[in-house]
Amino acid sequence: MKRIFSVLLSYITLSCIISLQALASPEDVAPSTTPSAIQASVEVATTQANSALSKLVQQLPGTKLKKMPQMVEKLANTRNKKTRDILQFLMDGDLYYLKAEKTVVRAISIENGRYALTNALSDEILAPVKKSKLRKVKTNNQLRGDIRSYIAKIDLTDEDKNVRMDAVKQLLDNPSKSGLLAVQELVTQEQDKDVRELMNTTLLLNQLKTGDHAQKMAAITQLQDTLEPAVNNTMVKMLAALPEKNKTPAQKALAKSLTKVINAIDDKRNFFGVVENIFFGLSLGSVLLLAAIGLAITFGVMGVINMAHGEMMMLGAYTTYVIQLAFPHLIEYSLLMAVPAAFLVSGFVGIIIERGVIRYLKGRPLETLLATFGISLILQQLVRTIFSPLNRQVQAPEWMTGSWVINPVFSLTYNRLYIIIFSLMVFFTLLLILKKSALGLHVRAVSQNRDMARALSIKSDWVDAITFGLGSGIAGVAGVVLSQLTNVGPNLGQAYIIDSFLVVVFGGVGNLWGTLVAAMSLGSINKFLEPAVGSVLANIIVLVGLVLFIQKRPKGLFPQKGRAAD
Amino acid sequence: MIVDKSGSPLTATENIKPDTRHGVILYVEDVSVSFDGFKALNDLNLYINDGELRCLIGANGAGKTTLMDVITGKTRPDKGKVNFGQQIDLLKLDESEIAKAGIGRKFQKPTVFEALSVFENIELSLAGDKGILTSLFHKLSGEQRDRIGEILQTIGLMKEAYYPAGRLSHGQKQWLEIGMLLAAEPRVLLVDEPVAGMTGQETERTAELLTSLAGKHSVIVVEHDMAFVRSIARKVTVLHQGSVLAEGSMSEIQANPEVIKVYLGEDGGSAEKTVGAQA
Amino acid sequence: MTTSTTLATENFSMQKMFKTLSHLHVVVGTLFIATLYVTICNLFFAEGSFLHVSNYTVSLFGKYLCYALLALAVDLVWGYCGILSLGHGAFFTLGGYAMGMYLMRQIGDRGVYGNPDLPDFMVFLSWTELPWFWAGSSSIVWMIAMVFIGPGLLAYVFGSMAFRSRVSGVYLSIMTQAMTYALMLAFFRNEMGFGGNNGLTDFKEIAGFSLQEPSTKLGLFIITAVALAIGYWISNYIVNSKMGRVVTATRDAESRVRFVGYKPEHYKVWIFVVSAMLAGVAGALYVPQVGIINPGEFSPLNSIEMVIWVAIGGRCTLYGAIIGAIVVSYAKTRFTAIMPEAWLFALGGLFVLVTLLLPKGIAGFLPNLFDKMSMFKSDVPKELEVKDKKEATTAEVK
Repeated sequence: MKRIFSVLLSYITLSCIISLQALASPEDVAPSTTPSAIQASVEVATTQANSALSKLVQQLPGTKLKKMPQMVEKLANTRNKKTRDILQFLMDGDLYYLKAEKTVVRAISIENGRYALTNALSDEILAPVKKSKLRKVKTNNQLRGDIRSYIAKIDLTDEDKNVRMDAVKQLLDNPSKSGLLAVQELVTQEQDKDVRELMNTTLLLNQLKTGDHAQKMAAITQLQDTLEPAVNNTMVKMLAALPEKNKTPAQKALAKSLTKVINAIDDKRNFFGVVENIFFGLSLGSVLLLAAIGLAITFGVMGVINMAHGEMMMLGAYTTYVIQLAFPHLIEYSLLMAVPAAFLVSGFVGIIIERGVIRYLKGRPLETLLATFGISLILQQLVRTIFSPLNRQVQAPEWMTGSWVINPVFSLTYNRLYIIIFSLMVFFTLLLILKKSALGLHVRAVSQNRDMARALSIKSDWVDAITFGLGSGIAGVAGVVLSQLTNVGPNLGQAYIIDSFLVVVFGGVGNLWGTLVAAMSLGSINKFLEPAVGSVLANIIVLVGLVLFIQKRPKGLFPQKGRAAD
Repeated sequence: MIVDKSGSPLTATENIKPDTRHGVILYVEDVSVSFDGFKALNDLNLYINDGELRCLIGANGAGKTTLMDVITGKTRPDKGKVNFGQQIDLLKLDESEIAKAGIGRKFQKPTVFEALSVFENIELSLAGDKGILTSLFHKLSGEQRDRIGEILQTIGLMKEAYYPAGRLSHGQKQWLEIGMLLAAEPRVLLVDEPVAGMTGQETERTAELLTSLAGKHSVIVVEHDMAFVRSIARKVTVLHQGSVLAEGSMSEIQANPEVIKVYLGEDGGSAEKTVGAQA
Repeated sequence: MTTSTTLATENFSMQKMFKTLSHLHVVVGTLFIATLYVTICNLFFAEGSFLHVSNYTVSLFGKYLCYALLALAVDLVWGYCGILSLGHGAFFTLGGYAMGMYLMRQIGDRGVYGNPDLPDFMVFLSWTELPWFWAGSSSIVWMIAMVFIGPGLLAYVFGSMAFRSRVSGVYLSIMTQAMTYALMLAFFRNEMGFGGNNGLTDFKEIAGFSLQEPSTKLGLFIITAVALAIGYWISNYIVNSKMGRVVTATRDAESRVRFVGYKPEHYKVWIFVVSAMLAGVAGALYVPQVGIINPGEFSPLNSIEMVIWVAIGGRCTLYGAIIGAIVVSYAKTRFTAIMPEAWLFALGGLFVLVTLLLPKGIAGFLPNLFDKMSMFKSDVPKELEVKDKKEATTAEVK
């Protein structure tokens, strides 16, 4: 028992130290520190280019339309970080100059004919003016086409891999001639493998659209492994465009290879669709697992029914909210702090409930149910009174956002991924505690034969309180996770309590592994039903299915056998 | 299948009589029960004759209670056959149907309906239609009242007739349960430790009662109190590790080398004492 | 022998005394007087008079009586049969929907869209014909039948499955809660054809009487009082019959009941069905008095509130359930008017206090007149007379 506490204590201390350090020197831990330093040095180096750009820009008001192409080319060659913006403004037709001062500005129409201005070079905000004070820097369609390709080229040669990737993707979905030319030019120099591959795909797709028969056939063969939606769409369109009857031999061959590749791509997409569903199912399952696992201890192992279990989760979620409120500049670390804090808050409340109410109702499950339901009402109302009945927004730290893109049709969002991992960690920790630690032994002893355990000088009261605290604390931890998925409000727990009970009963009461299997399979079933029937109906079907299952097999998936179980 | 299980729940199923033309009322053949690998009953064979009084003895875990559970339908055996008379397959019936067919049971721990009065406890146990509509519109007939009176007299709870059964002492509850058994007029009575918590005088009366019941009813008694067993037993069956170890009269059992070996080890001594001590 | 005889005769005389005032008479009598009082004060005393009972109050009392009937239903299964149903709201609401459908069809072409056949929400969803389960909903006979069949059927199906597989105790409670939760989710869907989120409302008239008329409201109140009296009589009859005793025995020792030869699952199913029907009737009477039925009524919180009525009134005493429902509902009306935030605190506190400190509820405080009653069932004296005779002859058993 001591061991667990020391582990717990060290965890808490650790997270406290981290947060204290963070408090002392926030800029040390701010993730943007290093990049910003680099940026500064880059700025110094580009001052020269900057002045070249500003000279050119200042010439813009005097440049005739005929001379503009050369002007734009010069502009594009300045390689300044403002260059792209100015070209973009020019292409969008937002670039003006003030008639009086000849200052080049970006002007955006606001109300009653007035324009909001920013200096095109310095981004300085100027006072809004009437249209009559402004004159547009002239462009025409051809010029805009040029600009587009210059911009594409700038993006395609950007230092950031992601910008290049996005630029190629843009071209893949909306190809432009100039862009494609740029890609053709750059593909050989491209260092990054992913970007190069995507560039190739773009070129091949173009070849497929515009090439002669042999080129088309070659492109199809080379494109058969790609999963880009644009490729698939183009192929489907091409196949549809072929005449139904009286195909020429060339068309026949084309149709055949197109069909083959489209089917292959479809198979792959379907496969990844299933994988994605499994992932979603596991992610929902791990939420259910987290919600149910505390209950698996209090209800499953101790046999105490706690209807306020959902409110323990709610308290955990609100703990996260409070921590983010208290340390607004430490959002990145808020979850790390919230996990132990929520465990302590919910665990503490759990112990109070056990000592104050539940222990007087031992052996009277229905009364326990009612009393704890009363407690859940009180806790909900308490939160409503303190925090208002409205939902509270809990922020997601940077590292929880975004997703891990495995291929164009399959990506895993980080928050779901972390939640799956986290819930399994909690599960196994708990399993370890119950199976290996002294506390676990005492808990099992007390739940199986209270009098005998007491005779062996196990303090059954104390064990009860600690176990209940443990179960409630884990509910609190689940609440931290839920705060990342749903709105944090007074009714947060209500939505999960019935599901959690059903998971525990479905898995077989008193069987932690059963709870794991039950949670994961219910999550998956739900997610596989969802596309077919919609989420509400999927929920209802799962609920009704569970009720029917429990009526058929009241002891769940993995019942405990033997005379004691009768 | 003799009992029509698909019949409406509102009307009671017909009471059927066991066929005892061969003189045997209860056939337990090759019955095995296991709990998580532990064999509670192991190929057990037992035949009870019509009107017989049989005592079952055996150490804890020998399978006595499990055997009763199997006969009354509480536990389903993994294999084997249990017949009531020649024709009624008890394994196809549930607890209430078995009870209605004529097998009554008194539990080891007396269980009576605590919120109901002693009178009502007996009333509910009376033989007859146990369907819902019948109970809903049931009125006690004079005959039934007489019968309840007789039983209350027999079990000595006349004074307590209108007490809630929960207020009775342990011994009184034992008597009440015996009374409930009498009221049901079963063909076979399974009696699990009837004299636990009774005074010497009460034990004597119980012995008297049980012997008087034999003949018209078949009685199976599970008891640890060897003096009691000796006072009533004509035939004794010894269970050991889920099967029948020996069967015969009390003196035969006490002389049986197998029994002595199991209960006394090799060094002999008083079988009776040790068997009693096992309780 | 002699002592027992005297004791028996003593019991007999006490019984005789109480028999003149059985609690059935007390409850029905009180109900009758209260109804009469409300009716007279509503009709014959002018507004502003000290004795006047406003139309609003009449409807409010009507609502309370519906709750009382519902509490009776909950007590029948929980108090006497030990089934803690956390899903009785489902039966109540189903009964309410049966009535709501009828009232919806009574609107006819007076709805916003003026469609003579389709209720407004169906026109809004651009449905062109009534779904099959709305067939017949314009008939009052159909409605009354559905008020019984809907909840009864659900209870029968759910109960026979649950009780046959011997699901009991906490498991059963959770499952009943899941049942009403699933129904709530289902009824929230527009595709269900019950008005979705908004439910059924904007009722105009019932059986030709305008629902706005004070006289209709008074009429509904009186009908509810009568329904409660009948419900009480039925419940009272059941719990005092042999069936009631089997059910009580099942509550305390289900397996023993089996070994006596009864099928407790059948008894439980039928008591569950009767209870569900009572709840359905309560729901049906509730809807015209409050003017709306929506899926929110299925919410598990509502169902559990019903349980607290019974717990506070005193479970296992039918009159306790009625008292509990009325007292708690009145407190709720009062509380939510004065300080709405406090109501949930109060309700939650009640749950805890009653279970911890007042297991017998309000009925535990009343003079234990009725407690004694339960020991002296109506057919006892005859039994005793017979027994006395028997004792005289000292018959031996076999």
